[in-house]
Amino acid sequence: MTPPPGSLLAASELRKAYGPTLALDGADFSIHPGEVVAVMGPSGSGKSTLLHCLAGIVPPDSGSIVYDGRELATMSDAQRSALRRSEFGFVFQFGQLVPELTCVENVALPLRLNGTPRKEAERAALTWMERLEVDDLRKKRPGEVSGGQGQRVAVARSLVTGPRVLFADEPTGALDSLNGERVMELLTDAARSTNAAVVLVTHEARVAAYSDREIVVRDGKSRDMERVV
Amino acid sequence: MSIGHTLLGLLESGPRHGYDLKRAFDEKFGHDRPLHYGQVYSTMSRLLKNGLVEVDGIEPGGGPERKRYAITDAGVTDVQRWLATPEKPEPYLQSTLYTKVVLALLTRRDAADILDTQRAEHLRMMRMLTERKRKGDLADQLICDHALFHLEADLRWLELTAARLDKLAEVVVK
Amino acid sequence: MSVRQWVRDLGMGVRFAFVGGREGWVRALLTAVGVGLGVALLLLTTAVPSMQSVRHDRESARADVDYSKLDQKANDHSLLIADVDTDWRDKDIRGRAIEQEGPKAPLPPGVDSFPAVGEMVVSPALERLLKSDDAALLRERLPDKIVGTIGESGLIGSHELAFVRGADGLAKAIDGARVARIDRFGDTSPTDPETDPVLLLLVIVVFVVLLLPVGVFIAAAVRFGGERRDRRLAALRLVGSDGHMVRRVAAGEALAGAVLGLVFGTVFFLIGRQIAGSVEVFGISVFPSYLDPSPALALLVGLAVPTAAVLVTLFAMRGVVIEPLGVVRTAKPSRRRLWWRLLMPIGGLAMLWPMIGQGRENGTFNAYLVIGGVLLLLIGITTLLPWVVEAVVSRLGSGGVAWQLAVRRLQLSSGTAARMVNGVAVAVAGAIALQMLFAGVESDYTKDSGKDVARAQMEVSLSRHSELGPAVERFRTTKGVEDVFAYDRGYAGDRRKEPELGFEVSVGECASLREVAVLPSCKDGDAFYVSDAEWDRDTPKLAKQAGRTMYLDPSYEGAPGRQEVAFTIPKGLRPAHTREDLTGGERGGLLLTPKAVDPSAAAALRGQVYLQLDKSVPDVQDLVRNAAAAADPLSYPMNWYATETATRYATIRTGLFVGAVCVLTLIGASLLVSQLEQLRDRKKLLSSLVAFGTRRRTLSLSVLWQTAIPITLGLLLSAVVGLTLGAVLLKMTNTPVAVDWASMLSMTGAGAAVIIVVTLLSLPPLMRLMRPDGLRTE
Repeated sequence: MTPPPGSLLAASELRKAYGPTLALDGADFSIHPGEVVAVMGPSGSGKSTLLHCLAGIVPPDSGSIVYDGRELATMSDAQRSALRRSEFGFVFQFGQLVPELTCVENVALPLRLNGTPRKEAERAALTWMERLEVDDLRKKRPGEVSGGQGQRVAVARSLVTGPRVLFADEPTGALDSLNGERVMELLTDAARSTNAAVVLVTHEARVAAYSDREIVVRDGKSRDMERVV
Repeated sequence: MSIGHTLLGLLESGPRHGYDLKRAFDEKFGHDRPLHYGQVYSTMSRLLKNGLVEVDGIEPGGGPERKRYAITDAGVTDVQRWLATPEKPEPYLQSTLYTKVVLALLTRRDAADILDTQRAEHLRMMRMLTERKRKGDLADQLICDHALFHLEADLRWLELTAARLDKLAEVVVK
Repeated sequence: MSVRQWVRDLGMGVRFAFVGGREGWVRALLTAVGVGLGVALLLLTTAVPSMQSVRHDRESARADVDYSKLDQKANDHSLLIADVDTDWRDKDIRGRAIEQEGPKAPLPPGVDSFPAVGEMVVSPALERLLKSDDAALLRERLPDKIVGTIGESGLIGSHELAFVRGADGLAKAIDGARVARIDRFGDTSPTDPETDPVLLLLVIVVFVVLLLPVGVFIAAAVRFGGERRDRRLAALRLVGSDGHMVRRVAAGEALAGAVLGLVFGTVFFLIGRQIAGSVEVFGISVFPSYLDPSPALALLVGLAVPTAAVLVTLFAMRGVVIEPLGVVRTAKPSRRRLWWRLLMPIGGLAMLWPMIGQGRENGTFNAYLVIGGVLLLLIGITTLLPWVVEAVVSRLGSGGVAWQLAVRRLQLSSGTAARMVNGVAVAVAGAIALQMLFAGVESDYTKDSGKDVARAQMEVSLSRHSELGPAVERFRTTKGVEDVFAYDRGYAGDRRKEPELGFEVSVGECASLREVAVLPSCKDGDAFYVSDAEWDRDTPKLAKQAGRTMYLDPSYEGAPGRQEVAFTIPKGLRPAHTREDLTGGERGGLLLTPKAVDPSAAAALRGQVYLQLDKSVPDVQDLVRNAAAAADPLSYPMNWYATETATRYATIRTGLFVGAVCVLTLIGASLLVSQLEQLRDRKKLLSSLVAFGTRRRTLSLSVLWQTAIPITLGLLLSAVVGLTLGAVLLKMTNTPVAVDWASMLSMTGAGAAVIIVVTLLSLPPLMRLMRPDGLRTE
């Protein structure tokens, strides 16, 4: 299947099994630049696996993933890592900030991985922390900030490299609704302002409501809800 | 929503013209449906008749909208009583959606499709409300959140039902 | 507080140690393996005295050739035995040739029947060696048919190379030194050598130095998974336990780990005992049965380890308050203070100070002060190291991402890092001090053999009645032999028995004689005497009494029946000047060319051959040994090293090396275990770091830095403490202080190697943990 015209990242017929469990069973996906797509579905339906495949973290057993005209399946692990470093950003539910580093160092980390000098990286990090209203936490360590603040730091980190696709896996899962919505607002605003596409995995409809479009994954199969009506 | 009580409540802070009342109402509560002048006029006549408001003065030029109304003691008591009475929770026991799903199952139509269609519709509405919430002020946010939480509840029901369609089919079709 | 309550809480702790799913099991297992390894080493240590005594007993049970038996006459019980020890490359082979003289002659221990001439019984290790492909030269030397195996009772180690072969005609070769007539095996007058205070000091320090790291190790092992335990205890508080109860529960957990560790330790020990029987370290091997810990010491280990485990746990929890909602550290982790940390090492020095300069003349050292002082100094490392690590790490600047990750992590938990390294640091410091001590006292225990290895590299002593000429011819044609210096040597006394005056007689070609003295001129038939050897007063006097009858090979009290061959002091003796001979000494007495000697003297002279070798010829020493064996089966080839080591010293040094290797391996294993545990705790973080594109190399490097930084600091500190301790110990023994840089580098190198190995071994699991599977939550 050829990717839909104009799409930045598209996948078709993805299959992935973990041992006997079939996590993806012929899932399709596509996203355009600047688009926010919510991936919903019951727990265990394979939505996280879909995200991992799309981001090149996990290679699918079969199927194709095309990012910007390049086939992810044929890339080496190093190439995919480089892609993740430079073109993708990530926000997870938890366990993603390095507890030993200060917040600003955490945000600067992806830039430093790309070889940016420390001072410069931290300056850029601070700009993003300001946009996400957490610049006053720069000297603090992740253990010393609240969940919502930590998540905003994580969002700042995911955006600091100017990624073209942002992958967010239950970014508000550990937050109350007020903090969660603030994070979603900041995240989508920031993504829109940089024209980044956002793949948003969530099981909360109110979080999904920040998207432009919704995909539902059930039993490893995807359904594009726009085509339902 | 009781428009009479709302207008009474607005009068409690001081006498107003009918036009002022409409504007204040629209500003605070009438985001979706602004009041018609006729509605204000008829409501105020009813309140006047019941002795809950009185006419405080009339601007020269005539016309009902130029009247200034003030709340009476009885009016204040009435507002107090209304606020103190809890609203009856909506039981939501009669659901059109449920009916549709059961009918689809009975007639061997695709019930999952109905649910998905509804789901997409709900989410579209939620997206709209979220968008409005982002652009609006605190009042907008609270009102939209109220709606969003209700829609989310519906959506959860849709998800749950979708997951239990097979069981439901067994019970219904039997 | 009722006993029942105690038992219940402890029991709950024991249960907690084993329940809690896979994680709980793994943790309990890790603790048990850690404690078990420590226990095994402790048991091994307690078994060392018994091992040494068994080896000693076996050794003296098979003792045979003995000066005290020179006057034995042939009888029903007599056995003729010759020491035919030989070497194969760098390995010693114990060899005996026996000849049954009386019908009731004793059999050597471990040998069932007398081998006939041309037959031999061998130890299993020698049999294996003889069958191996590259031992052709040895087979040539030991061609006898193998007719049996020497049993364990005749060997002092599982890998000992030994043979007993049949012989005849030994009677005429009896000399009391290498050939003798005996009627029983066993040391007739076993001596318990008086313990040298310095040797005792060495032994004490060796044991302290080996066991202390084990203690540090056990202390670390019972703290595996401490954070998770704290969380569990907090949960207990939430459901209503009080502070004392949770402490007891924690103690119970530690106890469970320690007791299981005891079981593991016993198993490890038994396995290790079997393995010990199959390996040979530095030329020493043992039979498993030798390693038999004394019951009292084993019981002590069995009680001490669980007690220590409980105490360590309680000590570690001293600064921790377990609250229902989590764990609170009472004191804010304030900056570590230096002063009290310095108290330990200073206290240790203070305990050793009074003994400085005591040497070996002033009686034994106070063992308690020595042990206490060494312990305090070494434990001082464990108190100083956290401070050093913290002080240094907080000042470390920025570098790459890997460096930054490592430094930041160390800054946050420098205590954990220091704890991990403590064991290695203590072991290395102790080993450095010991090495220094050994190197320092080496001069006392290692005699400079003084042999001039430039002129000759091997010496072959021939047995009596063996002719020198043919042997020399054989050596001259042996491959790799460049030059041969041969002498017939003997001693002439002024009387047949109990002579008062006498001189040495050396008979050889001019070329050979010139190697031992400066001759004016020389041709066959000439005779010389050494006029100016410092120790030799008799020769110049006797040389003037030409014509006087002397007796070669005179008899002495207790060694009667020597040759007592009459020998006339020749006329025309010319003086020769002394020079350093081939053995680095002065040759005195008469130097005679062959024609100047009456052939009758030959019976009282023994051949001695010095060989100059071409060391580039492979196995040249074994070629010579073969030639010697062919020329004279009872000849005794010796290989000259620049120095030769006193055996007792060698044994201790060997023990130290073996122990240090064991301890470092053990600590390496524990490092690996806690490293893996730490990594597992960070599984999710690692996966998410990989998700956003962190190179595996970066993470691996950060793990390396994370261990390398504290290890470097630990090794530096241990070098300082080790050198200090070594210097103090040398001062105590009155030995000039000299730093043995080579051994210091090798010990720190070994410590560093452990870390590198640990890091390398933790890389594959790290790679596995970095797989994105870690992101899956469902």
